[in-house]
Amino acid sequence: MKKPELLVTPTSVAHIHGLAKAGADAVLIGEQRYGLRLAGEFTRKDVREAVDVARGYGIRVYVAMNALFHNDKVDELGDYVRFLADTGVDAIVFGDPAVLMTVRETAPHMKLHWNTETTATNWYACNYWGRKGAKRAVLARELNMDAIIEIKQHAEVEIEVQVHGMACMFQSKRSLIGNYFEYQGKVMEIEKKKYEKGMFLYDKERDNKYPIFEDENGTHIMSPNDICIIDELEDMVDAGIDSFKIDGVLHEQDYITKVTQLYRRAIDLCAEHRERYEAEKGQLLAQIEAIQPKHRPLDTGFFFKETVY
Amino acid sequence: MLKNDKISKIIDGKRVIVKKPELLAPAGNLEKLKVAVHYGADAVFIGGQEYGLRSNADNFTLEEMAEGVRFASQYGAKIYVTTNIYAHNENMPGLEEYLQGLQEAGVHGIIVADPLIIEAARRVAPKLEVHLSTQQSLTNWKAVQFWKEEGLERVVLARETSAEEIREIKEKVDIEIEAFIHGAMCIAYSGRCVLSNHMTARDSNRGGCCQSCRWDYDLYKLDGDREIALFDENDDPFAMSPKDLNLIQSIPKMIELGIDSLKIEGRMKSIHYVATVVSVYRKVIDAYCADPDNFVIRQEWLDELDKCANRDTAPAFFEGVPGYKEQMFGIHSKKTTYDFAGFVLDYDRETKIVTLQQRNFFKPGDTVEFFGPEIENFTQTVGTIWDEDGNELDAARHPLQIVKFKVEKEVFPYNMMRKEQ
Repeated sequence: MKKPELLVTPTSVAHIHGLAKAGADAVLIGEQRYGLRLAGEFTRKDVREAVDVARGYGIRVYVAMNALFHNDKVDELGDYVRFLADTGVDAIVFGDPAVLMTVRETAPHMKLHWNTETTATNWYACNYWGRKGAKRAVLARELNMDAIIEIKQHAEVEIEVQVHGMACMFQSKRSLIGNYFEYQGKVMEIEKKKYEKGMFLYDKERDNKYPIFEDENGTHIMSPNDICIIDELEDMVDAGIDSFKIDGVLHEQDYITKVTQLYRRAIDLCAEHRERYEAEKGQLLAQIEAIQPKHRPLDTGFFFKETVY
Repeated sequence: MLKNDKISKIIDGKRVIVKKPELLAPAGNLEKLKVAVHYGADAVFIGGQEYGLRSNADNFTLEEMAEGVRFASQYGAKIYVTTNIYAHNENMPGLEEYLQGLQEAGVHGIIVADPLIIEAARRVAPKLEVHLSTQQSLTNWKAVQFWKEEGLERVVLARETSAEEIREIKEKVDIEIEAFIHGAMCIAYSGRCVLSNHMTARDSNRGGCCQSCRWDYDLYKLDGDREIALFDENDDPFAMSPKDLNLIQSIPKMIELGIDSLKIEGRMKSIHYVATVVSVYRKVIDAYCADPDNFVIRQEWLDELDKCANRDTAPAFFEGVPGYKEQMFGIHSKKTTYDFAGFVLDYDRETKIVTLQQRNFFKPGDTVEFFGPEIENFTQTVGTIWDEDGNELDAARHPLQIVKFKVEKEVFPYNMMRKEQ
């Protein structure tokens, strides 16, 4: 049976060794100047090294260029795309059509993955971006399992689904953390504080903690729980979903490596020894629960949840 | 400020703007549509029963749309329908019939975000203009170029674009640009927020947004397992509620940039709000276009806009990156200082008796203000009030009751009466 790719986000070049050994088939890297909410910051030098390391293990490297670009960065997109093509990365991840246009002009053979995070919600839109040049669509996290499988049945492009980690709920261009400190009159501390990690918003009514951080792309708010469906992979493996992503953003390196190892085993068993997967999947979930940070409960995201409107 | 010779001409030694931007107003139902058009909107955007982003609004049936189109066409005004959800698979059946229905109803265009709907419209309802919704968060000229090559007639830019960015977009791409000038707005990039999905299982990008961004939160920092509050006991909680957009001072700049359509937000707002905001911007646009080089914003226009404001307002990204002063923290008071009290149905010039539909409590002795496109605002004291059968009333206290009283100056149907709170 066809196995989905296991795609992971490393925190550093060194981390790629660990992830490759843990069983990752591909890594997603990049820098915040062009990419959104990455687990690590990779300069051009890091990207070159990452490609070398990945080649050594025979795994693929994708680079994120999925920011929403304003005019000021449009002119430099071509240079970055050319660099990525020369370096030999396997695909560029985009959301903004400006990237698609730039790739057509400067590196027409570069593979493109369409990922806007929230707007890949039906199969027609996936195929539309396929006709414009994308080879893969990364589905919105707010879809249920039935919708995902129906999309795969109609898809003319590869379909990537996030199976683990936190999801982005919100992106604003405004400096919302900095603005709050400034409003409180803590002006002196802003520059230092607003880029700190580990901040969260507490929602009393739901007793939820939403990670929040600022970077060059604005303010990002993340889901209160980590998606984990290591024990619910059967339907998507059977449907032939092309890539399972573990998003490691805001997680520790060792945690990401361990989770990768467990999903590697889950995917292999699910695809090749279904009975053993059924017997072992509860145990795999328990191993993730055991290393889960205290403030990050696990849940199954929207896979088994209905939204209304 | 830049003087754009592409949109202006010298006539009799005086510069005038010959390419006036469209003033585009919201309407949540047929009555609001008629008011918006009557008060000076060049175009109105409305929502249908499906595929729009305000599932709580009353929204239009196809029959109501057709009636709206007929009404608007008497004024030379256009009707656009918001069809800007990000569809899920389950929303696909029925889409083509719906779009054909819009075309048959005679609407001019649709405002769309999802390529599914763009291509379906091209296929089955080719007479509809297709405008790209702000839900696509278009922020640069190259993305605009992409959508132009896809054949779209118009794009609505992201609310995060500045004047300078719009100038560059206009210069590089020949496509109609629509930009927001007034009303509530998302603090997130539109289409890139699913707070509502995660917090309440209501799909924000299909019209279910519950405005979680307007709630209060507490900001903490994690230090190991310790949670450290990043606020003092007396601090207001963390909030990300933006002040409403208000670009009245920037209208001259927007006109000179050649922006094609100036859009007011608010399909859920009252007819009083729509009438007030539309009439003020109508005056600003007309006055500027008639004599741009001697134009000044009149205080009375600013005062008039304030009469229907329900939040503080700010210019947001058009004039630079907004900071904390463009957000609302703590307890914010409701701003409205005027109530919409009556809607004029008729006026008898002989007897000076107005026939008016009551919209809020008023009584003899109250000071009321009349306004409308045919008249200059004026105030007067209410005298004796009668009901439809001529019985004297001690007050007009029944919603939508038809009442009569004497009004010294002439008023016209669709004029409105408001009362200071």
